Amino acid sequence: MFDFLEDYDVLGAFWVTVQLTVYSAIGSLIWGTLLAAMRVSPVPLMRGFGTAYVNVVRNIPLTIIILFTSLGLFQTLGIKLGSEDFTVINFRLAVLGLIAYTSAFVCEALRSGINTVPVGQAEAARAIGLNFRQVLTLVVLPQAFRSVVGPLANVLIALTKNTTVAAAIGVAEAAFLMKEMIENEAQVILIAAIFAFGFVCLTLPTGLILGWVGKKVAVKR
Amino acid sequence: MKLRKVTAAATTALVLSLTATACGGGDGDSDSGSGGGDKIKIGIKYDQPGIGQQTADGDFAGFDVDVATYVAKELGYTEDQIEWKEAKSADRETMLERGDVDFIAASYSITDERDKKVDFAGPYLLAHQDVLIRADDNSITKPEDLNNKNLCSVAGSTSAQNVKDTIAPKANLQTYGGYSECLTGLENEAVDALTTDDSILAGYAAQQQFQGKFKLAGLKLSNENYGIGVQEGSDLKDKINTALEKMVSDGSWDKAVEANFGPANYKNEPAPKIGNIVK
Amino acid sequence: MTSVLYDAPGPRAKRRNVILSVAFIAVLAAALWWVYLKLDEKNQLDWVKWEPFFTDSRVWTTYILPGLENTLIAAALAMVIALPLGAFFGIARLSDHWGVRWPSGAVVEFFRAIPVLILMLFANAVYAEFTDISSEDRPLYAVITGLVLYNASVLAEIVRAGILALPKGQSEAAMAIGLRKGQTMRYVLLPQSVTAMLPAIVSQLVVIVKDTALGGALLNFSDLMAAVRPMSAFYGANTIASFTVVALIFILVNFALTSFASWLEGRLRRSKKSTGAVLGAEKVDDINAAEVGGSYGTGAGGAL
Repeated sequence: MFDFLEDYDVLGAFWVTVQLTVYSAIGSLIWGTLLAAMRVSPVPLMRGFGTAYVNVVRNIPLTIIILFTSLGLFQTLGIKLGSEDFTVINFRLAVLGLIAYTSAFVCEALRSGINTVPVGQAEAARAIGLNFRQVLTLVVLPQAFRSVVGPLANVLIALTKNTTVAAAIGVAEAAFLMKEMIENEAQVILIAAIFAFGFVCLTLPTGLILGWVGKKVAVKR
Repeated sequence: MKLRKVTAAATTALVLSLTATACGGGDGDSDSGSGGGDKIKIGIKYDQPGIGQQTADGDFAGFDVDVATYVAKELGYTEDQIEWKEAKSADRETMLERGDVDFIAASYSITDERDKKVDFAGPYLLAHQDVLIRADDNSITKPEDLNNKNLCSVAGSTSAQNVKDTIAPKANLQTYGGYSECLTGLENEAVDALTTDDSILAGYAAQQQFQGKFKLAGLKLSNENYGIGVQEGSDLKDKINTALEKMVSDGSWDKAVEANFGPANYKNEPAPKIGNIVK
Repeated sequence: MTSVLYDAPGPRAKRRNVILSVAFIAVLAAALWWVYLKLDEKNQLDWVKWEPFFTDSRVWTTYILPGLENTLIAAALAMVIALPLGAFFGIARLSDHWGVRWPSGAVVEFFRAIPVLILMLFANAVYAEFTDISSEDRPLYAVITGLVLYNASVLAEIVRAGILALPKGQSEAAMAIGLRKGQTMRYVLLPQSVTAMLPAIVSQLVVIVKDTALGGALLNFSDLMAAVRPMSAFYGANTIASFTVVALIFILVNFALTSFASWLEGRLRRSKKSTGAVLGAEKVDDINAAEVGGSYGTGAGGAL
């Protein structure tokens, strides 16, 4: 019953999914934090850019963003991200697209986290003479991060699931393999069960562990 | 009609959502062709210029469309009686098996595997897998040249598989959902060649926006015998064969080839004999 | 507008802000200029490629509008079917009996853990194998099924959060006047939570609309996304232009939905009739859908 599995590298495909997730997660955490900083910064223009970015990106289907990285960035603008091999380029482009999309949600989560930090904290920080950058990096963001571990965990879970969209530009991750297997093999239910199980294995522990961490580091008020 | 389809979709989706694995039941009869037996349903491509293309007017044009129209006429149907359906590559056998269409003319190559599931009339065109390259590119003249080149094709197509397996295993292969995306890459010099059947490529190259920009390399990487697919055991097969023979003999076939592929400088093979499948 | 994060800018800060703004504009403009040059060099800005969208109304009537119609039909149907399912599971998760609470919780968590694309691919394969839905309609069914399975579980969480967001006094008062559990739910909690949930539900629609594009790209569902295929084939492979236009349409539709959701939210917050409990539109998106289970409800604390 499981014979046909030998022809397919299911674990390899899930490994690509994991890699996509990890790289995109790191990237979107950085870019998302920068965006959040822009959105609360004293420079009106940066605030405007941050708001516009989030509003535009959140309203476009991820499918289109990923397709644009390949069709626009690579095929048209000639950005190859330091490789000549299409497999590598497509993988990196997919990571780039996922970062562009996910960071908008990281930014929003962080912003709501910043909102939970009591006003007194920022006021006290300013009273002792800290400037905007210091207020943000030394006082507000550390507290904000601790209160948004839960929401960020959900962003990470969503990101894990969203990596499937990379199949649209031919990145050989889990959904890409599943599509191929469904086209060639008859055991639809079994195939679906395998992939469903794979994703449950990836997402459920993430949620549980980070949920626990979130409770642990939360600032008690 | 639309509403009925929509409610049918809603109920089936609801049923399936609840049970997740159970059958959707027998209420999925979304047969939109309830107009009766005086229509003929033909499956064609909607997005292959020169072969089968939905034009901006909502009409259809291309070689397959011309052949299908001619055949339908011989079967006793006027153009108004033809109901065109989109036959996506992966769906073609299922559409015939279910009887969603009467016959399919959609760049449908006759292969042993497909022949087991459906019957083929024809062939009516002998095409070859080929590559489309930029007009000023002279570096691809034989199949081996494709190694280390950047190729583009459509995901899940046999052309893509051929390249990977036999023709040029070392080539860089990009796959997309459609040929247009590949053409953008070819135009922008991100890929060197777009590979699929030469008939399809000729159709693209013949578009007025592209005239003079691209050319066929003429590699003849494979033989693709386009046939008209009908349901297994259907008596349509012989009637269609007769119609195809007549189309060749009265010159309509040549006219259709000239009209659809002419501008691309496509050197077509002579009309194939019915039943003569070139391996 | 001043923020608590920084002091009101004095002359030096003002100067610095101006310099930063100019630098930021310069970087942004340089990037855009580079993109413009590149696009121009590759002939992607040629009028031929864009012209059809402005001068040829058939682009809209033959390709885009039918595609948009399919997108909206799929999204609307998915929402209509997912709502009752979601409400059912959401309320079941609040049940006092573990035999009801636990299985519905498992179903909700399961379908939230799986990518909607995997659900769609599965539904498509199952319909092809076990039902006699014509291949023309199958993608629509598959897309709707995938969306329903996923969004019902998200909506279940929204419903649950909406009910939990109501002040405790509501159910206590209901109990005090002797209503049974079912009555409390039907007469007191649900009617109030429905208004509280409306913004969240509308913004979930945005997620559904976006996800239909998956069907277009990978399932051959003839939606707005898939309309690009025959369209760009007909107009000389103007894929960049076509996808840009399609992306703009998605932004417009979704922006309208988002705006409607926040307008609704503001209205509900201001209205005196309700308890003031509103499930914010911002709180629920595909990406942070799960967080509604948490502490949200009556607005955030800070004032930043």
